[in-house]
Amino acid sequence: MNADVLVAASAAKQFRTAVKPIWCPGCGDFGVLAAIERAFAVMAMPPEQIALISGIGCSSRLPAYLTPYGFHGVHGRALPFATGLKLARPDLEVIVVGGDGDGYSIGGNHFLHACRRNTDITYIVMDNRVFGMTKGQPSPTTEPDWGSPMAPGGPDMPSFDPVAIALAAGANFIARGFSGDPNRLAEMIVEAVRWPGFALVEVLSPCVTFRPDETEWKHAIHPGAGFPFDDRSRAAAAAARDPFATGIVFRSASRPRSRRASPVASGDLAAVEKEFAV
Amino acid sequence: MAETYSVALAGSGGAGVMTAGTLLLEGAAKAGFYGLMSKLAGSQVRGGETAALVRLATWRVESPPDAYDILCAVDWRNVDRFAPEIPLSRSAVILTDPASGPVPPVMLASGARLIELPLADLAKAIRGGRPAMVAIGVLGALARIPEDAIAAVLPKHLAEHGAAAIDASRAALAAGYRHVALLGLESGLPDPKPASNRWLISGNQALALGALRAGVRFVAGYPITPATEFVEWMSPALLRLGGRLIQGEDELASINLALGASFGGVPAMTVTSGPGFSLMVESVGLAVASETPLVLVDVQRAGPSTGISTKSEQSDLNLAVYGAHGDAPRVVVAPTSVADSLPAMEWAVGLAERLQVPVIVLADQQMGQADAVIDGLPPPAPRVTRLAPEPGKGPYKRYAMTPSGISPIATPGMPGCCWVGEGLTHNEGGAPVTSAKDHVTQIEKRWHKLDAFDFGADGAEIDGDGELAIVTWGSSAAPAREAADRLRREGLSVRVVALRLIAPVRPKQLLALLAGARRTVVVELNHRGQLFHYLRSEAALPDGAESLARPGPLPLTAREICARIQAEGHA
Repeated sequence: MNADVLVAASAAKQFRTAVKPIWCPGCGDFGVLAAIERAFAVMAMPPEQIALISGIGCSSRLPAYLTPYGFHGVHGRALPFATGLKLARPDLEVIVVGGDGDGYSIGGNHFLHACRRNTDITYIVMDNRVFGMTKGQPSPTTEPDWGSPMAPGGPDMPSFDPVAIALAAGANFIARGFSGDPNRLAEMIVEAVRWPGFALVEVLSPCVTFRPDETEWKHAIHPGAGFPFDDRSRAAAAAARDPFATGIVFRSASRPRSRRASPVASGDLAAVEKEFAV
Repeated sequence: MAETYSVALAGSGGAGVMTAGTLLLEGAAKAGFYGLMSKLAGSQVRGGETAALVRLATWRVESPPDAYDILCAVDWRNVDRFAPEIPLSRSAVILTDPASGPVPPVMLASGARLIELPLADLAKAIRGGRPAMVAIGVLGALARIPEDAIAAVLPKHLAEHGAAAIDASRAALAAGYRHVALLGLESGLPDPKPASNRWLISGNQALALGALRAGVRFVAGYPITPATEFVEWMSPALLRLGGRLIQGEDELASINLALGASFGGVPAMTVTSGPGFSLMVESVGLAVASETPLVLVDVQRAGPSTGISTKSEQSDLNLAVYGAHGDAPRVVVAPTSVADSLPAMEWAVGLAERLQVPVIVLADQQMGQADAVIDGLPPPAPRVTRLAPEPGKGPYKRYAMTPSGISPIATPGMPGCCWVGEGLTHNEGGAPVTSAKDHVTQIEKRWHKLDAFDFGADGAEIDGDGELAIVTWGSSAAPAREAADRLRREGLSVRVVALRLIAPVRPKQLLALLAGARRTVVVELNHRGQLFHYLRSEAALPDGAESLARPGPLPLTAREICARIQAEGHA
């Protein structure tokens, strides 16, 4: 374990607000909250330089529990909001948090294009394979045969593989973490934030209330062999072969493709207006 | 009022009709005339029929004519599809090239006089000459625009085609001017007053420039007709000024990209048309609840659903005023002309920044895609900045109660006042709560911001104080004003109230503007009279007010408004 994380654990509490989480006792998201605090402490960033952006769902409540700037918007739109913020304010550290329903279902299109755009933001997904806030409907990552009142017998379609899709869509950094190991997760988050481009941290975060079977994940989790890859197809094959392999799955050896040169802030509006003069 | 001169120049795509229309309009502007050009295009993406509709006058003209004086076709392929949009006056002239085949019967139904004009032959005599350029020579001469004025604008528009193309166009233009004498036609317009400081600009460009003037440096949008010219002009302009335009993956993304940039402290906006606006509505509510400044421009087109993407209507008023679940107060501003698009947009951005609300700007296709000659605008107004927190005032509360309802807004990066923007019901500090007290308090605060604000005299343009009051908005304002002028010449006393501030409505102020009117007519381009019903529901119209409304896509004309007012007045 990274020594920094141990040192930081005690400093992490300063990032907590007085707002009490709405999460059920034992929810995996507590571990993710702890990991994010520790990552902030390791990075020793002033909270005002950080913005935590989220949509809707249990995990999307997280920004209220931490001291940086934040925005809790509408369901599924955290990524475009965060992208707009980062493009307008490249000086800020922009981190998006949310769940599998928010990010892969209603926000699925934004997920694809955030990977493609490769803006320098970090996206932490607390994936519990269920809609928890609405009390137990299948999400895109739910197994095809997981039955529930809204989808008796299961959703009956293959589950969505966030790591494979992020790899295919062009994300620059992809990690798979586990909420039950907040120190190791904190290390991944630190590296994700520091790595240039769009970074996905897909966190297996059990829902103890609607998916009690997921408490067994702690026995299945293990470090991924050969992680991290810098080749997309090898990373995809390894991650798909072993869905409980954790660690940094992929880091692009190259920085995101450079965007057009920074605009020249001439501020000369009068010159722009001249084209309309007859 | 001086007469106007209206020409329609038609031809299939690629014939250069639009460029020719622009040259005619800009040449006329150089010579001191005012004018307006609307563009008609078929539904084909390329190569379909097109027409440039140009109306010129010695006064500020911004409405379509009752009928066209001249229809000139470079060719007739499918031009008959435009017949309803190119009404011809009884004394109209159709200029047709015998080489381009017979004139469609529907075009002759008006009784217009047919005159042959050998455009192709005249062009053929010039190396690189084009029939559309010869046509511009003929039409320019008939309008009594000095030939030099049109020649002077050729290099600007044809520079990319090279010097030879400019020379050929100059020669073709001259051939048109020479040929006019053979047509035996009376010429059009009286001499204009000497002009100085005129602009040629489209409504969409004027909106974009107004946004830049007011400090917008971040724009997100998804391609949609008829708003595309806005983003295509804006993107390079922003790069010159140190801002950016981002093409969102959809409209849901676009409005949230803009909200994110605005949260970062940069004045930001999105631009769309009706279908995109419908998709954005949920996040309009987010902007209301989180009190995030945002400007949303809707260049309205005919709806519902896909409707007619290239034609105008004023049927998104209900969506702009009411769209979003919950009690969601917002500001709705509507420019009253191409010329007003720039100051209306400056005003809208300032209101969003000051009041921390979404401001919806209801433009429309008729204004947005029309090019108009306008008086040059004064230098930009001072920029409005957000109310910032004062240091040392105790713990920062983002949604603190204040007398104005406006709370100081901290920008990320400011130490000591971190906050979380919330779409959930929240308390003064921004923490999510479900208490009845906080819910009511914050809802009242958001309404109070607008209720307590003094919008000043910018909310309406008032013309006259007559007993017949015409209340109107958007692109219906121009034909309504022209109708008022005609009715006055017939002895009626008329006033026109063109609303720029659609929401929040101020019933007392509007009723004061209508005091003394014996008859009030609300003129707009939609089926149910959306402005009329909205104003009536807010008790902002006098008893007995009437609705004069019909759907697009054909724009209202002064003649139609006069006729309907007079017919219904006698009933």
